[in-house]
Formats: sequence, structure tokens, C-alpha cells
Amino acid sequence: MAVCIAVIAKENYPLYIRSVPIQNELKFHYTVHTSLDVVEEKISAVGKAMADQRELYLGLLYPTEDYKVYPSHMIIVYYTPVCMFFLLIENILLYRHTRYGCVTNSKVKFVIVADSSNTSLRDNEIRSMFRKLHNSFTDVMCNPFYNPGDTIQSKAFDSMVSAMMVQAS
Amino acid sequence: MADDVLFEFLHMEMVYHIYKDQASRGEMDKDRATCVSTLEGMGFRVGQGLIERFTKDSPSFKDDLDVMKFICKDFWINVFRKQIDNLRTNHQGTYVLQDNKFALLTQFSNGKQYLEEAPKYLAYSCGLVRGALSNLGMDCVVTAEVSLMPSCKFQVVIQKI
Repeated sequence: MAVCIAVIAKENYPLYIRSVPIQNELKFHYTVHTSLDVVEEKISAVGKAMADQRELYLGLLYPTEDYKVYPSHMIIVYYTPVCMFFLLIENILLYRHTRYGCVTNSKVKFVIVADSSNTSLRDNEIRSMFRKLHNSFTDVMCNPFYNPGDTIQSKAFDSMVSAMMVQAS
Repeated sequence: MADDVLFEFLHMEMVYHIYKDQASRGEMDKDRATCVSTLEGMGFRVGQGLIERFTKDSPSFKDDLDVMKFICKDFWINVFRKQIDNLRTNHQGTYVLQDNKFALLTQFSNGKQYLEEAPKYLAYSCGLVRGALSNLGMDCVVTAEVSLMPSCKFQVVIQKI
């Protein structure tokens, strides 16, 4: 379930960023920003280490786990002579947001933040999502009314991203 | 195959149109430079878009020489239906690409006739190469020279900061 999709330019500023649950938008912006560091690391590592493996698809960047802890009630236990508090923790909601990255040859990065709480998305599905993103981005790039470096305002691109966010959920 | 010819005609008309515009306003000397830069700018934007499409599925490039080889082979084949015949480098950021039968110059002459008109028709292709390289992360200056039609040399000097 893709919750946030971002396209980031060569100079590391966002060309397009959209997330599905509108209330947590800032958190997703922050998430994408932090994944950029991981992307940079992977790019530079590939350059030095193996010259053969020059994959554009970077794969799983790193999973995060956001714990939302809701204490229901406190139990005070008298255990003479010490008294301890036990916080009965119920309703631990685990949001596992996994980020996937992909770099193009023109150093434009795509980041997808997916919520894999229900089903873990297979590698192939993520790859096909990136392929679709890359194709639409190429179409935007070839549009003569688009100046490279501007934010993407193409309706076709918007509808493709919406379809991807809805379909995967 | 008639489709190569379509672009050649369009290109000829483009050059003619831009020079006609400037000529009607007078002041020939200064405007020659602006015509060339207009054509080069057009080529630049097209080169950027083309590169995005051509490198969609290919793996990332190891170094500058790898990029230049890609330009000489795949890029040139896709745009001009043939490869660059000769690539020379001084390994310090300067590359010379030689095309012995440049597609946009073949119809002019087979020797030295019309040599002074040739630079107008090379400006767009210089911009094309410059746009392609800039989208791959290499800032450079591309110039072209013709000594004997239809062969020409493109010189690429990579700007290192």
C-alpha cells in the first residue's frame, strides 16, 4: 500500500511529492528527506565497490517502525516494601513504513514509502511501480512546455500516481 | 525509409527560419551569434529529453569515458542512424568525436563548397550533445568544426569545477 510517492531532482529538492493520508503529510516529507541520505550512500558505495553491479533500482532502503503506545490504565502494585508502577500497555499500533528507492541515469530519484502492515509487497510489484513512474517521468521530461527543474504539474502524471496509490491499497 | 528525411527537412527549415527572422531586423554581425545560440538552446532542451528516454533501462555509467562511448554509439545511432567513426581523448576532459558522413551535411557538398555555411547547420547538433551530457551530470562546452564536407568533428571539453 503506497502511502507516499516522491520525485526528487538531481540537486536534491523535490519535484513532486504526494501522500495519501493528508493529516500526516509533514511526517512523510521528513521521511522522504531522511531516505535521501541512504540513497546517496548507496549511490556512492556502488561507484567505488563493484563496477559490474550498476543497478538503478536500489531496493529496500530501510524499514522504520513507528510505535504508537496507548496506555490504558495503570496498575499500582504494592510489593512491600517497594511499590512499583506497572503501566499496562494495550493497543500497540505498529506502523511499518518501508521505503524503496530508485535512481535514474540522470540522477533523479524516486522514493516510495509503503505501508506493509497488511501484505508485504513483493519485489516485482515495487519494480513495476518504479518502471511506471519512470515512464511517466520520461513523458513529462519530453513535454516541451516543461522546464527541467520545475515542479511537475502534469495532470497525466497526477492521475498515474493516484492510480498507483489507490490500486496498491 | 523516408522518416530520416523528415527531420533533415525540418532542421533545414528551422535554420532558415531563425536566420530570416534576424536578417529582417538588420544588424547582421551581432545577430549571427544569437542565431547560433538559439539553435544551440533548442538542441540542448531536446538532448535532455532524449537522454531521459534512451537511458531508461540501461545501467548507470562507470565514468566519463563510458558516457562518451554511449553518446558515440547508442545515442548517435538513435538520432542519426549511424555511429561516430572516431573518438579521441586526451584523458584530461577533452574528447573529439569525428563523424565522416554527418547526416545533416551529406546533401550539401562533397568537398569544400559551401564550407562557410556549415557552422549554422551544426549548432543544433552541438546543443543536442551538450544537453545530453548535462542531463548525465557532465557540464561541458561543445564546438564543431568542418574542414571537408560531409565529415565533421565535435569537440567536447568537460568543465571541471
